[in-house]
Amino acid sequence: MNIDLSSMPTSIDIIHLILASLTLILFILLIKKPKQALSNSTETATSASNMDKAPVIEKTPTVERVVVKQPPQLKEASPDAALQLLTLLQQDARFIDFVKEDLSTYSDADIGAAARVVHEGSKKTLDTYFTLEAVRNEEEETRVSLPEGFNASEVRLTGNVVGEAPFNGTLIHKGWKVSQTKLPKIAEGHDTSIVAPAEVEL
Amino acid sequence: MSDEINARYSIGIDLGTTHCVLSYLDQIKATEDTNTEVEVSVLSIPQLTQPGVVDENKQLPSLIYRAHESELNPSELTLPWRTESEVLTGTIARQLGSKTPIRLVSSAKSWLCHGGIDRHEAFLPMGSPEEVTKISPLNATVEYLSHLRQAWDHKFPDDVLSEQEVTITIPASFDPAARELTAEAASQLNLKHLTLLEEPQAAVYNWIKACGDNWREQVSLGDIILVVDIGGGTCDLSLIAVSEDEGNLTLNRVAVGDHILLGGDNMDLALAYRVKAKLAAEGKDLQPWQVQAIVQACRDAKEQLLLENDIDEVAIAIPSRGSKLLGGTLRTSLTREEVNETLVEGFFPHVKIDEHPIAARRSALSQKGLPYAQDPAISRHLAAFLSKQVDAANDTLNNATLDNTTTRYEAESFIKPSAILFNGGVLKSPILAERMLSIINHWLENANTNKARLLSDSDLDLGVAIGASYFGHIKQGKGVRIRGGLASTYYVGIESAMPAIPGMEPPIEALCIAPFGMEEGSEAKASETEFGLVVGEPVHFRFFGSNTRRHDEAGIQLDHWQDGELDELPELQVTLPTEGRRAGEVVAVHLVAKVSEIGTLKLEAIAANNTDKSKDAERWQIELDVRDS
Repeated sequence: MNIDLSSMPTSIDIIHLILASLTLILFILLIKKPKQALSNSTETATSASNMDKAPVIEKTPTVERVVVKQPPQLKEASPDAALQLLTLLQQDARFIDFVKEDLSTYSDADIGAAARVVHEGSKKTLDTYFTLEAVRNEEEETRVSLPEGFNASEVRLTGNVVGEAPFNGTLIHKGWKVSQTKLPKIAEGHDTSIVAPAEVEL
Repeated sequence: MSDEINARYSIGIDLGTTHCVLSYLDQIKATEDTNTEVEVSVLSIPQLTQPGVVDENKQLPSLIYRAHESELNPSELTLPWRTESEVLTGTIARQLGSKTPIRLVSSAKSWLCHGGIDRHEAFLPMGSPEEVTKISPLNATVEYLSHLRQAWDHKFPDDVLSEQEVTITIPASFDPAARELTAEAASQLNLKHLTLLEEPQAAVYNWIKACGDNWREQVSLGDIILVVDIGGGTCDLSLIAVSEDEGNLTLNRVAVGDHILLGGDNMDLALAYRVKAKLAAEGKDLQPWQVQAIVQACRDAKEQLLLENDIDEVAIAIPSRGSKLLGGTLRTSLTREEVNETLVEGFFPHVKIDEHPIAARRSALSQKGLPYAQDPAISRHLAAFLSKQVDAANDTLNNATLDNTTTRYEAESFIKPSAILFNGGVLKSPILAERMLSIINHWLENANTNKARLLSDSDLDLGVAIGASYFGHIKQGKGVRIRGGLASTYYVGIESAMPAIPGMEPPIEALCIAPFGMEEGSEAKASETEFGLVVGEPVHFRFFGSNTRRHDEAGIQLDHWQDGELDELPELQVTLPTEGRRAGEVVAVHLVAKVSEIGTLKLEAIAANNTDKSKDAERWQIELDVRDS
């Protein structure tokens, strides 16, 4: 039997009829479905916007446009500030030198001597440029109670996280919070990627 | 004195040997709201800390770094108010200078008070190679001041520094030439309202400010306040007597000490050399850069060991210079006992009141260098000061407490302070402050006198600057002022007329030209003694000061005095311009002294034979700081 696959069907058989109606049903579903999905996401967006104090989004025909324009926002951390901190830590605490060393061949006494340099310098750097305070002032390993609406970025719940606020638990780590940052300013032409210049003595 | 404010801010500048501090007080706010305590703020001074990095700090290290042209990238020298500069001041100078000391200018202030050199001459950094650009002690001072001015003008563009009421502090022991030079440096900033204030007095003003109106309850009539100010480079002493005037307590600065180059830096060095000796005993030889690092480490360790805590030992680790940190790190420690021995016993030994520093007189041939104190014992310097000034308060207090005269004139060997005020970073340590107090009280007890009490001061590091801006504010008639005036009597030397004896210097007589206690804005009566000045040629005078002879009037001529009573100061110079006269002509002049409103001594030569009666006599300025000597 010789079949020409390229030729158009000359009659509508039952199989094609079924395929055609199926396409039509799927097409209708496709049109209807996104509308539901979109209105769902609008609800989550508005509830999130209450926390972020973002502009309130109205549930009007403009909804589709607004939501499409707001993909999840991730900030790009400025490498300058990070490099600057590395510079400061290297300068006062020899931080990079220390971390880049292979500790395996040295005695604990040697490591201890170097650790003092790193510790003292790091402490100086932290104290100079940051004001650090504990998030919780209670003693660690004591019971604390978290009322409803506590700040979830300040306090992390772990372990048997069930039930509703107030949550009673043990303070494992008191947390750290930088209440003030006072980093030095950098000149326009300064290359922050040089965290420690090479030194040549004449 | 009017109540009118001529500037919005009263600014106090502590132009220290090691650090500068600027404080300010908003006078408009202080006048509007008289109920609350006057508020004094300390300026955060932007400065380079690394090439390309600007940070703010309340202290500006008094250091200058003369960078090599290929050493730094010009774009990395930007400060908020300028894009590049040849002169690097502040933290970056310390940072770069610690590794390249030949380019570091330090202790400019001590050089400013060094009479043996020309202070206008650019010779700092001392002893560095030819190609390093030199700067004079005067210009170094100008650089520090102009950094402060730019920092201020940048922060307060509407109230520029030159328009404000500015008080610059100087050591009480500064001689007239050093005071004049400080004023000259400040004049380059075009300051409209400038006053100089002695640092110990500023410390007292700071104390008064901290006490508020209660200061009158803390001292009483007849009190003698001893101010001990030990900073990074110098040790400054003053005595303030409390007298009464029309029922009000008044403060009188009755004596100041000699210029003693001895301070916290000496202590750090002493500890570093001790640690170095300890390492040498272990067979470890140190490189100069390691000693530098040890000085820094000792400074930090000292601060912990001089607190009253139970730390007995602080480890000192000096990392290698290369990137290999492990293995190359030098490790040692500083113990409380060592700090006690070196600092407490070395600098503050218990001595008797009659034990004074071994005064090794420096010959004129001594090496050109700073005249550092040779005896490190601050207690011996203090004993010498109190003994020398035994009569300092008699005049002031006799008027006030006549009934005490009999006891006061008993043979006493030293002046007995009844209250003590500490200032300067060194005395922040409770151990050193306590030791100092116990030494003084020991002397007082041995003399059957009551113990002196300590007047509490707030911030020993920033106190002088704060006191200065407070002074600038109250000097317009809003509070108590310390009476001071000249802290010394000044004389010029005259060769006495006697036959020359071979091999013997002709004896010299001293003519008093400015009496003790001369106040700002006054002029001493011209003495009758005439001097012949040659027109067109510089004429030199020998110049003397005494901080013990209080009763010599201007015009008195001394033919003898006791050893140590008169100190020779750098010579004076006057050149009469040739205009209107023939070169070589001799003009007869009188010498006149006056104290300017700023607080500097001015000496003038006035033509004696004033032919033209319609005009004032001709006057010529006498230079206190002789150039090209």
